[in-house]
Amino acid sequence: MTATMNRPLGEPGASRPKPVHVSKTINLTLKVWRQKGPKDTGRFETYKAEGISEDMSFLEMLDVINERLLAENKEPITFDHDCREGICGSCSLMINGIPHGPETATATCQLHMRKFHDGQEVVVEPFRATSFPIVKDLMVDRSAFDRIVEAGGYITVFPGSAPDANLIPVPKPVADAAFIAAACIGCGACVAACPNGAANLFTAAKIGHMNLLPQGQAERYARTEAMVDTMEKFFGSCTNHGECQEACPKEISIDYIALMNKDYLRSKLKNRRYLSRKP
Amino acid sequence: MAAVTADNAVKRRLPFPIEFYRSAIGKKYVMAATGMGLVLFALAHMVGNLKMYLGAAEFDHYAHFLRELLVPILPRTVTLWLLRLGLIACFVLHTHCAYSLTMMNRRARTVDYQSKRDYLAANFASRSMRWTGIIFTLFLFWHLADLTWGVKGIRGGGDTWKRGFAYYNLTSSLGRPIVAVLYIVANIALGVHLFHGAWSFFQSVGWNNPRFNAWRKKFAIGLSAVIVLGNLSFPILRQFGVTKPSKAPIEYTPNGS
Ligand code: SF4
Ligand code: FES
Repeated sequence: MTATMNRPLGEPGASRPKPVHVSKTINLTLKVWRQKGPKDTGRFETYKAEGISEDMSFLEMLDVINERLLAENKEPITFDHDCREGICGSCSLMINGIPHGPETATATCQLHMRKFHDGQEVVVEPFRATSFPIVKDLMVDRSAFDRIVEAGGYITVFPGSAPDANLIPVPKPVADAAFIAAACIGCGACVAACPNGAANLFTAAKIGHMNLLPQGQAERYARTEAMVDTMEKFFGSCTNHGECQEACPKEISIDYIALMNKDYLRSKLKNRRYLSRKP
Repeated sequence: MAAVTADNAVKRRLPFPIEFYRSAIGKKYVMAATGMGLVLFALAHMVGNLKMYLGAAEFDHYAHFLRELLVPILPRTVTLWLLRLGLIACFVLHTHCAYSLTMMNRRARTVDYQSKRDYLAANFASRSMRWTGIIFTLFLFWHLADLTWGVKGIRGGGDTWKRGFAYYNLTSSLGRPIVAVLYIVANIALGVHLFHGAWSFFQSVGWNNPRFNAWRKKFAIGLSAVIVLGNLSFPILRQFGVTKPSKAPIEYTPNGS
C-alpha cells in the first residue's frame, strides 16, 4: 500500500493529484482481409485507423473503423466476437501473422491497442484451415470443433438433484491439471497457428479435461478414440512444432497432446478388449 | 442419437496394428518407433566406424565380425541380414508415414495465409524435417552405392575397389575432397533432423513428464551432436591424413596372420 492510500479519505487540506486519465491515441495503417462470401477470392484492403485510443481493445478499434465505414456508406468489416472478456472463444484473427496478436495468453478481445505503436502497419487476416471455411471477411466457421466435442466430450451423471460437494474425492494435482485443460475456450488459435492445420491441442485439452477426472473414467477410452478419429477427419496431424501452445490464449501446454497420444494407444487396445466381452 | 457411446465406439473391424496405423496418431507412434530404430543404428554405425582409428586390421576385423554375428547359432551373414531387413522396414515405414501425414497436412490447409506468418516456436529443424529427410536419403543411397554395392564410377579407389576390403575402400572413398563435402552436408542435414526427431519422440509416444521435459531438449542436442561429430570426424580426419589407405588392398585373415 502506498502512502497516499493510507491517508484518511477527505482529510481537509490534503492536496492530492486529481485522477485525470488522459488516453493517448495512436494512428495505424490497417491491412484487412475482405471477402464477400465463401466463394469470393478475397483481398487485402488498406484502412487508415487514426486517433485510436490506446485503451481500446483490438475489437473496439475494429468497431471504430466499422462506424467510420458505415458513416461513409461502406460495408463494415465482419468479425467474430461475443463475450469480449476472453472466456467464450468467439474472437479470432491473425494479427501480424500471429493468432490473437502479439501478446501471450491474450485473446484478441483482450488485446489492447497500447501494445501497438504509433504509425505501425497491422495486417489482419482470418484464421485459415480447410475445416475453418471463411464465412465473410474475418469470420470463419469453426463448427468442426463442435463435431469433435459431440463425438465424446461429455460425461454421464445422475441427473437428479445436485450431488453433495466433494462426494467424489479428486486429488488436488489432478483437479488442477484438469482445470488447466478445461480453460480451453475453443477459439481455434491452435489450428490457425499450426503449420499443419492440426487440432491436436484443442482435442487434447477437451480429452484431458475429462480423462483426468474420476467422473470422466466411464467413457474415457470410447471418448478418446471417438474424439481423435473425428478430429482426424477434419484437421491435419501434429508434427510437434509447438506453435499451438504459443498461440493459445489460455496457455495450454502440448503436454496434454502427449497425454492424449498415450490414451489413444490405450483406447485402441482397451476398446477392442471391451468388444471381445460383448455378448 | 448422434452421441458415440462406449458400445458403438468399440465396433472395430480391422486387426489392431492396421487399425492403429490408419490413424494419424498411430502413424506418429510408428514414426517415433522406427525413427528411434534408425537412430540406434546410426549411433551403432558411428561407434563401430570409430574402429578405423585403430588401423586397417582392426577395422576389417570389425567388418568381418558383423558378418559372423551369432555364428554358429545362425549361419554366416544371417544376423546381419535380419538387422538389415529390420532397418529397411523402419526406413520404409518412416518414409511412408512422413509422406502420408504430409499429404494429410496439405489437405488441412488448402488456402495458405496471404500475409507473412510470424512463427514463435516452430524452428528451422521442425520446419525442415521433410527436406533434411530427403537430403539424407539421397546421401544414403549414394553411400550404399559407394561402399556397399561398389557401383563403378561412384566407388572410391576406382578399379582397385574390392569387396570385403572395408578399410581400403572406405579410406579411398573418403580421400576425395568432394566426398568429404558430401559427408559434411549430409551429416548436417542428419543432425538437424535428429534434433527435432529425438525431441519429438517423447511427445509422440506420450512419454512426457514435466519433471523431465527440460531434459528432453538436452537429450536431443546431445544425441545428434554425438552422432554428427563422430560421423564428421571420418571424412575430415581422412582429409588431414590421419587415416589413409594402404598402397594395395590388404586381405583380412581371421587369424591375424
Ligand atoms: S487449446 Fe487454446 S488455442 Fe486451442 S482452441 Fe483451446 S483455447 Fe483456443
Ligand atoms: S470475444 Fe469472447 S473470448 Fe474474445
